[in-house]
Amino acid sequence: MSILEYNGASIVAMKGKNCVAIASDKRLGIRFQTVSTDFQKIFPMGKKLYIGLPGLATDVMTFANELKFHTNLYQLQENRELTPKTFLSMVSNFLYKRRFGPYFVEPVIAGLDPTTDEPFIASTDLIGCPMVTDALSCPARAWSSCTVCVRLCTSLTRAQMSCSSASPSVS
Amino acid sequence: MECLIGITGKDFVLMASDNLAAHSIIAIKHDTQKQFELSDKMVMAVCGDSGDMVNYAEYIQKNLKLYEMIHGYKLTPNAAANFSRKVLAKALRSNPYQVNLLLGGVEDCGTPSLYFMDYLASMTKEKFAAHGYGSFFILSTMDRYYKDDMTRDEALDLLKLCIKEVQSRFIVNLNSFSVKFIGKEGITVLENIPGSGTVHKDVPREAIHPELISRA
Repeated sequence: MSILEYNGASIVAMKGKNCVAIASDKRLGIRFQTVSTDFQKIFPMGKKLYIGLPGLATDVMTFANELKFHTNLYQLQENRELTPKTFLSMVSNFLYKRRFGPYFVEPVIAGLDPTTDEPFIASTDLIGCPMVTDALSCPARAWSSCTVCVRLCTSLTRAQMSCSSASPSVS
Repeated sequence: MECLIGITGKDFVLMASDNLAAHSIIAIKHDTQKQFELSDKMVMAVCGDSGDMVNYAEYIQKNLKLYEMIHGYKLTPNAAANFSRKVLAKALRSNPYQVNLLLGGVEDCGTPSLYFMDYLASMTKEKFAAHGYGSFFILSTMDRYYKDDMTRDEALDLLKLCIKEVQSRFIVNLNSFSVKFIGKEGITVLENIPGSGTVHKDVPREAIHPELISRA
């Protein structure tokens, strides 16, 4: 069992027509023992920007706190909200800073541009390699559910989904 | 080999910890205190590496006291738990504390909260929680019998049931648990369950060295 699967997580993001959806499980486990069924893994970083953090729970909490701190600072300095693309660069930078002692999280970002409302989804690996997909979903790490997620997603998504059909698809 | 248990009720938290201090296969002490009072309405139960346990718990205890002295008010259990997590997380990648802990506390208005924290600094707020190998037995028992808004007597009965399960099915003998209630009125220390740890239960009294008799 790798360190990224110690606590277990499954996060999926999907893009539709003028909308994005992001979903996560709520389990916190220690190896095979379930400790909590109410653990938050998706964090809001703006009115229309969310980041899902699967991976080691301690790093999920630490990284989310750090990101929130820096996004708040950005908003105070620039007097505007972060665009999802800039946020992706920020996340990628923070993760690569710890290249040789990384945070064990593999973030999934989903959001709408604050001014144009254009949908945006992306994910990175644990050292910050950014992957922006025009494809319809970004599944991420989980104990044995990764391959299942990918196959389910590819079969359930369609181009230009509206909001109402995206929500049941992502669940 | 250690066991910590926490149960929240309507307006209290019930914390229990075993009293065994062991080094490898030897039981050194049968009356260890693993619960540290962080304030008059907050208790932290720790288990893990014995040196780190005391070092870490006292560090948190004294820092909370310092905060109260500087700012003039006590921290809430939520704030104290997040502070504890921060200390653990900061130390994780240089000089980690090998402690697992349960932090139980009651706010001034009476709302109880129980925080489960791992040695890796992952933290959740729970209605009931347990640490150690005993947790495999305790969590199943609690899943079956726990209900919201229990009275103190019900919670104590549930705790006794969990401890009975551990003593029956866990191979390490944990024959005594310290129990504390944390409520609006403060921290109440109860009698140990099932009784003070006996050292030589079946050995005839005459065979015991006089100095050990007070413990037997």
